[in-house]
Amino acid sequence: MKYLDEYRDGRVARKIVDEIHRAQTQPWVIMEVCGGQTHSIVKNGIDHLLPPGVELVHGPGCPVCVTPLEMIDKAHAIARRPDVIFCSFGDMLRVPGSNGDLFTIKSEGGEVRVVYSPLDCVKIARANPQKQVVFFAIGFETTSPANAMLAWRAKKEGLTNLSLLVSHVLVPPALEAILQSPDNRVQGFLGPGHVCAVVGYEDYEPISARFHVPIVITGFEPLDILQGTLLTIRQLEAGEARVENEYSRILDRHGNTAAQSLVMQVFEVVDRRWRGIGTIPMSGYRLRPEFREHDAEQRFNVAEIDTLEPEICISGQILRGIRKPKDCPAFGTLCTPQRPLGATMVSAEGACAAYYAYGRHLQPAPPVDVPVHALGGAA
Amino acid sequence: MTRTPLGSESSGPALANGNGAHLNKADLPSPLLGSCPLPIFDHKNIVLGHGSGGKLSAELIEKIFLPAFANPILDRLDDQAVFDVEGARLAFTTDAFVVTPIFFPGGDIGRLAVNGTVNDLAMSGARPMYLAAAFILEEGLPAEDLRRVVNSMGEAAREAGVQLVAGDTKVVNRGKGDQIFITTTGIGLIERPVSISASRARPGDRILLSGYVGDHGMAIMSQRENLEFEGAIASDCAPLHGLVSAMLDACAGEEDAIHCLRDPTRGGVATTLNEIAAQSHAGMLLREPSIPVRDSVRGACEILGLDPLYVANEGKLLAIVAAEAADAVLAGMRRHPLGADARVIGEVVSGHPGMVRMETLVGGSRILDVMFGEQLPRIC
Repeated sequence: MKYLDEYRDGRVARKIVDEIHRAQTQPWVIMEVCGGQTHSIVKNGIDHLLPPGVELVHGPGCPVCVTPLEMIDKAHAIARRPDVIFCSFGDMLRVPGSNGDLFTIKSEGGEVRVVYSPLDCVKIARANPQKQVVFFAIGFETTSPANAMLAWRAKKEGLTNLSLLVSHVLVPPALEAILQSPDNRVQGFLGPGHVCAVVGYEDYEPISARFHVPIVITGFEPLDILQGTLLTIRQLEAGEARVENEYSRILDRHGNTAAQSLVMQVFEVVDRRWRGIGTIPMSGYRLRPEFREHDAEQRFNVAEIDTLEPEICISGQILRGIRKPKDCPAFGTLCTPQRPLGATMVSAEGACAAYYAYGRHLQPAPPVDVPVHALGGAA
Repeated sequence: MTRTPLGSESSGPALANGNGAHLNKADLPSPLLGSCPLPIFDHKNIVLGHGSGGKLSAELIEKIFLPAFANPILDRLDDQAVFDVEGARLAFTTDAFVVTPIFFPGGDIGRLAVNGTVNDLAMSGARPMYLAAAFILEEGLPAEDLRRVVNSMGEAAREAGVQLVAGDTKVVNRGKGDQIFITTTGIGLIERPVSISASRARPGDRILLSGYVGDHGMAIMSQRENLEFEGAIASDCAPLHGLVSAMLDACAGEEDAIHCLRDPTRGGVATTLNEIAAQSHAGMLLREPSIPVRDSVRGACEILGLDPLYVANEGKLLAIVAAEAADAVLAGMRRHPLGADARVIGEVVSGHPGMVRMETLVGGSRILDVMFGEQLPRIC
């Protein structure tokens, strides 16, 4: 298939892998920032193709994983209300709050809908004037233009029954927080391709210079990841540190300026709490005052909800690249995709879920699976 | 064939937990294991995932249905029951159909209801003979829609060579159902000397797949999401007993060489192979480049963030075949129209029992796990 097959070609992959083996002379720790990159790495088994001296650690770029627990609890409190149709991206449905997940709320009678585009909520709000329609607007810069467009449309069309529960975060402040941490091990980054498709990569240049760290903006197909890794290693081996663009078929230095302008009309930058990491200054968005009437946190009076995370879960350290999923005592035993303790086990983009789904055979003694079978067959 | 009914679970976990709070087996101190007759079922309510064919469905079966119904025939946990009556070997099964929309490219709920049950019978090597059908209709369903569905069932039954010989109809209040639910029950006769079960996969066996995967699930999903692709994706809904018969003909005299047959419906190829791997205590090794997926299905999966290996099929089968018979069986499949694109996609291995591993397109390796609940679209 055009635009996919050429980035999944096994022969080209082997060539790049060979080049990586030739280029690498000493151990390096490289962080792939995006959850989508983590997913691609484990789905394609890329980590097993790299030399032992190249360690890929998984970054904080899974929007589901970094959404703080108190925000999940706020979402659930709103979704439980009988007057609400709660709309969300699919993989937020299984994220556990303090009291179950959105699937549970649905089974208890809550009206929860999966949408593919935030703008689907406009149609839902129009068709259900007697209901409050709430969209769970999470994500990084990638989803911010579509989410901003929803708020903009709600205001422009006077949809008083439509609001957004906003939990938006930004990548550059998170990278700075990782690099400033005394435990930091990360020496280079595969930068976030889709985030930079929106905002460009100018903001990454000062980070690269200040911390002397290579940042290679990288795509999501297997060959993107391998090529991004090769470019990062070449910089590291040469002692260089600059921003490079592996994903030039999609983005340039300035990104999508029309989208950026819409985002800045709707959102303003504020401090945000990240699950497992804590509060990072100026690291997210909230609705500007002129859009506040569409802010679900205000409308439903959930601002006071505040929740602590389970202590055993090390997802915060995993999100910062300090530890790996298999370092967690709960991994695969107390914490599984069926019973996730932390959000890195929930989303398919989460490092723990990805490890569990695709890498378990590499664990020394995999847990014995409950035998699985089904009585029925079709549909 | 002599699998313990509930595997290690039957005598295992304890602590009935009335309020449905989360309790994992691993949470419990080991002396408690085996001390209580009630398996834990830690959902207070049924969630959608319990019907997905994945791990949650398995949990429902193991913890609610099997303890109540346990018997040696059911405990084999194949897609159909097989038993002897007066010297005749019969296959018997039932299946409920609740698909939305009820009409979709390549079929409708009626055709699905006939072929689904025909296929569950066929996967035992049986010749499907008679079906019964029960209809739950929602008040307000257009009579013309019912007529279309029922006519389609009649046509599908004639194509499959089975007769619909009994039925029942109930009507529920508007809002208490979703247009039409159909349950079909079928019986078939096993005339050949076969021994087919999901517990018979052995290291060295070849894994055969009859054609392109994911067509049915993506046909339904594209309709639901109003996605339009160049060349609509049509369901592969078809009766498979003719193909099975061709496979048995191809190894006549050695029918025993076909160890397992399954149609990878809910949960797709990945979940079905995991079930076989678990029931046979064998490992599986697949090669991703050899698994055929249509471009249209791949495209739709990419857009929706789904994995075609977990998407439902309604006209495909997976066969686990002894290595020495694999070439003959594959040739037999390819001579049949429903097996024209059949191929070997991997083999059963002695390592990692109970797990399915796949060599990826780029030469890496990954585990294909069982789907947990509903397959969820990813955010980005």
